[in-house]
Amino acid sequence: MTTPTRTEQDLGTDIAGGVGESPLRPDGTLKVKGEFAYSSDLWLTGMLWGATLRSPHPSARIRSIDITEAVRTDGVYAVLTHDDIPGDNRFGLEHADQPVLAGDVIRYQGEPVAIVAADHPETARRAVAKIVVDYEVHEPLVDAERAAFDVNAPALHEGGNVLRYLPIRKGDPDATAEVVVHGEYEVGMQDQAFLGPESGLAVPADDGGVDLYVATQWLHVDQKQLCRVLGMPAGKVRLSLAGVGGAFGAREDLSMQAHACLLALHTGRPVKMVYSREESFFGHVHRHPATMRYEHGATRDGRLVYVKAQIILDGGAYASSTPAVVANAATLGVGPYKVKNVVVDCYGVYTNNPPCGAMRGFGAVQAAFGYESQMDKLAAELGMDPVEVRNRNALHEGATMPTGQVVDSAAPVAELLRRVKAMPLPPETSTSDDGYDLRLLPGGVSNTTHGEGVRRGVGYAIGIKNVCFSEGFDDYSTARVTLKVTGGDAVATVHTAAAEVGQGLVTVQQQIARTELGVEQVVIQPADTGVGSGGSTSASRQTYVTGGAVKAACEQVRARVLRQAAKTLDLPASQLRLHAGKLVSADEAVVAAVVDVLGDETITETVTWRHRPTYELDEKTGQGNAHVQYAFAAHRAVVDVDVELGLVRVVQLDCAQDVGKAMNPDAVVGQIHGGSAQGLGLAVMEEIQVSGGVVRNPSFTDYLIPTILDMPPMRVDVLELADPHAPYGLRGVGEPPTISSTPAIVAAIRHATGADLTRVPVQPHHITGTH
Amino acid sequence: MEFLRPATWAEALAAKAEHPGALPIAGGTDVMVELNFDATRPDYLLDLTRIDDLDDWSPDGERLRIGAGVTYSRLITELADRLPGLAMASRTVGSPQIRNRGTVAGNLGSASPAGDAHPPLLTSDAVVEAHSLRGVRHIPITEFYTGVKRNALAPDELIAAVLTPPADGPQQFAKIGTRNAMVISVTAFALALHPNTGTVAAAFGSAAPTPRRATDAEAFLAAELTDTGRWDSRAELDPAAVTRFGALVAEAASPIDDVRGTADYRKHALSVMARRTLAWAWNDYRRNQVRTCA
Ligand SMILES: Cc1cc2nc3c(=O)[nH]c(=O)nc-3n(C[C@H](O)[C@H](O)[C@H](O)COP(=O)(O)OP(=O)(O)OC[C@H]3O[C@@H](n4cnc5c(N)ncnc54)[C@H](O)[C@@H]3O)c2cc1C
Repeated sequence: MTTPTRTEQDLGTDIAGGVGESPLRPDGTLKVKGEFAYSSDLWLTGMLWGATLRSPHPSARIRSIDITEAVRTDGVYAVLTHDDIPGDNRFGLEHADQPVLAGDVIRYQGEPVAIVAADHPETARRAVAKIVVDYEVHEPLVDAERAAFDVNAPALHEGGNVLRYLPIRKGDPDATAEVVVHGEYEVGMQDQAFLGPESGLAVPADDGGVDLYVATQWLHVDQKQLCRVLGMPAGKVRLSLAGVGGAFGAREDLSMQAHACLLALHTGRPVKMVYSREESFFGHVHRHPATMRYEHGATRDGRLVYVKAQIILDGGAYASSTPAVVANAATLGVGPYKVKNVVVDCYGVYTNNPPCGAMRGFGAVQAAFGYESQMDKLAAELGMDPVEVRNRNALHEGATMPTGQVVDSAAPVAELLRRVKAMPLPPETSTSDDGYDLRLLPGGVSNTTHGEGVRRGVGYAIGIKNVCFSEGFDDYSTARVTLKVTGGDAVATVHTAAAEVGQGLVTVQQQIARTELGVEQVVIQPADTGVGSGGSTSASRQTYVTGGAVKAACEQVRARVLRQAAKTLDLPASQLRLHAGKLVSADEAVVAAVVDVLGDETITETVTWRHRPTYELDEKTGQGNAHVQYAFAAHRAVVDVDVELGLVRVVQLDCAQDVGKAMNPDAVVGQIHGGSAQGLGLAVMEEIQVSGGVVRNPSFTDYLIPTILDMPPMRVDVLELADPHAPYGLRGVGEPPTISSTPAIVAAIRHATGADLTRVPVQPHHITGTH
Repeated sequence: MEFLRPATWAEALAAKAEHPGALPIAGGTDVMVELNFDATRPDYLLDLTRIDDLDDWSPDGERLRIGAGVTYSRLITELADRLPGLAMASRTVGSPQIRNRGTVAGNLGSASPAGDAHPPLLTSDAVVEAHSLRGVRHIPITEFYTGVKRNALAPDELIAAVLTPPADGPQQFAKIGTRNAMVISVTAFALALHPNTGTVAAAFGSAAPTPRRATDAEAFLAAELTDTGRWDSRAELDPAAVTRFGALVAEAASPIDDVRGTADYRKHALSVMARRTLAWAWNDYRRNQVRTCA
């Protein structure tokens, strides 16, 4: 055996664009130029267009459905009802309790009743209008509290209206304290308001199956539900991710998936469905409205003795992810604080309101508005600084949660608060009649004040969120990584089924492969069901879990490269490493190029990766190690409020968050900006207004989301305290900033106005005290 | 649906006479929304954007004649000095994209109680110039709004222009929205002081079935300013009078509760806006030594 030649050469810098850097997103330029193909841009010649008939009533019984006139319409290829479903007419994430097409009972306004395929979208819509449904209209059950406690309320599902009740009991339930504050809080129904409405294209296949191109958050959970509805095995129901225009939880449940597949299989033609903006408000679940009663007991020096809480979450007509939302609201219900004695009762109930499910923050958002409002109330009662009260009770590594789970990685609660508090405050508002800039005043360019009535307020909040799926869920992701020489270069290919929804997962996958394999070129294959499940793009989990899977698969590929090189080079594999396309020996010498080691071989490894296990919660006490990881963010909000008109301008919104490891610093800050903006929306404007089960504002005319004049520039402080249990030490990033932003802003408005604001979104008349 | 694209005003009038149901489309910022929501399905759309004559504004005797095609953006950049109230209102309309396409004529065509151009048009006694094959009709603005989203145009008429005198005194406009930009008004208020005639004009939107003038408030304030000699003295306003003015504006409103706000809040906000805009307008007037500022 010959000894390899040792070339004296500079090892060069690392491959650019690895972990910890902020390389450009592969989809970034296309998106900025408006050239990225979203699911609504899908097109096939000869395709048909689907449309949906939805119930106008929130509660009704269907006496009959007459499709005669619709079928007769020129250009219509199919009109389907519940009778036409080959498999089981039920779907749902955990509980399959939702009909694909309502057969007899209508449980919410907007529930799909029939679907049409036609050669033009307008033809399909007109045919929908010709379907005659005879409804027996019922009084809807819309009061969540009644659904929870009134045994005489009509049961919307078998088993009653309480979908999940979760108590948490820790310590002495009868503990007493020197200082007690009570509060009752409400959170309105927020919408994810993603910009790309529900859409997709179903293509019937020669084997009798169907290929579905769709914007979703979890291809495999869609597939599983579709198989059941279509009565087909997984091999025949193949899904590919189409361009996703935002998700925020709203794409966890099925929307048009089953309908498009049914129409495609029935007509033998490709069928495209795209919801309009208005239909989108009925096409996905929303954030659970919540009613919360809190009682905090503390010592005179501000140490919490006990927290009691009752949290009622309105799940609307179907289960969706309500049980998991209940678990979050309950287990995180006292916030990031050490409390010896805890009594939490959390209910998720069925009503005839729009179905609610996943939305960024997932139960933790609602609870945070409650417990943070209480912490401020306690501070006021004690005459103490609100940050100081929080510090005295701050959770830290090694502390115990109300569930008995010990926090076993960084929990820098006090540190995050300290950091936001230390950031510089903005200059005072200008209140002279000459020196004003309308854009900097509450009311903006609408010219409602030149400084009159404007008062400044500052508020703080901190939140806690679990990362990844909890309560014993088998939460995994699959990655297939291939390394081979293409065009003279070593190229890695990463294939997962994990959904890129705009958060930058594709970029992070590339970064991980670059770092682990030392190659520059990394191709991300389109996500589809041709590889194992990637799990859901939710719970701030994809960088953790799919990132973990990609890392593990890369490690296996790398091990094979090293073994192979070791053989040819006659060196122990343990003494070799990959660096910038080269194999480097223990004494830092380049001994071979990866391309030469690979030759014309293709190395592929597929890995299914799991985070450490979690466990169920005890049904009676809520005790258990249910969560994988906790994440924290703190905000300080500075607001100017026109106290006479009740108009608010958020002047500054600063955030400190621990992310364990900033895998892609730009993307991390982007998540914090976006999450904070979504929290700002909930604080001051975003609400689906529902009255008698009927949505009153299903459009962007009246469902307001923040504009650039509403969202101030942010100062963001990112901490990187590694979690030893997580890949690269990372901590989920996406949700925490949404959680603390809302209560911080409301605290600031309270500070400015003295108003006792107990409901979000805060409306002008809450501040002015008019009705 | 047919799309009619007349190249001249005469052709447009002929088309409207032939198809009285045809829906005119100018900027399309209301029409396209209606069509997308399937709220209306006209047999004909009558596109007015090819008619160049509509895009001009010019002096017309004592008044300015603003062609139906003049956009909000142009009102802001070209007419802010002569029509400050209308320009301030225009600045609050939608977003830059909407202001680049939307027109005052379109606002009048829709006649929504929430249209932002209406209060300043009311306070300057504008006149809508309606044309048809039958001839020209001058409709005083106070007679133009006939109900919620209804106006006084006959089915064969088109708006050719809006006639409005240039400001002869301070003007103000304020609008409440629950977002700091790009928002439909919860309620809006416009004020014009007419020192030459010793009168005051006040009007509001989104607080009654139609945009409306607050005539009692106007009369009260005009009398107050005249009786106390303030038009000439330019003395500071009596706070009690300002408060009374605000209260009278609120009293003139008959708002409802809806998704954008409550009736009580609308009345309250109107009184606040009336007081504040009066203070700003009066400050302008006090700073300006010449009584006529046209
Ligand atoms: C995102 C968005 C934001 C908006 N924000 C605001 C806002 O802040 N404030 C506000 O007031 N409005 C707002 N609007 C509504 C709209 O922009 C205004 O009403 C605008 O003035 C309409 O003008 P247009 O030229 O686009 O009218 P179009 O949509 O073309 O027409 C509107 C109506 O007027 C009729 N019409 C148009 N021209 C004539 C004519 N010459 N003769 C007779 N009838 C005619 C049309 O048939 C139609 O009924 C908004 C709209 C959108 C989409």
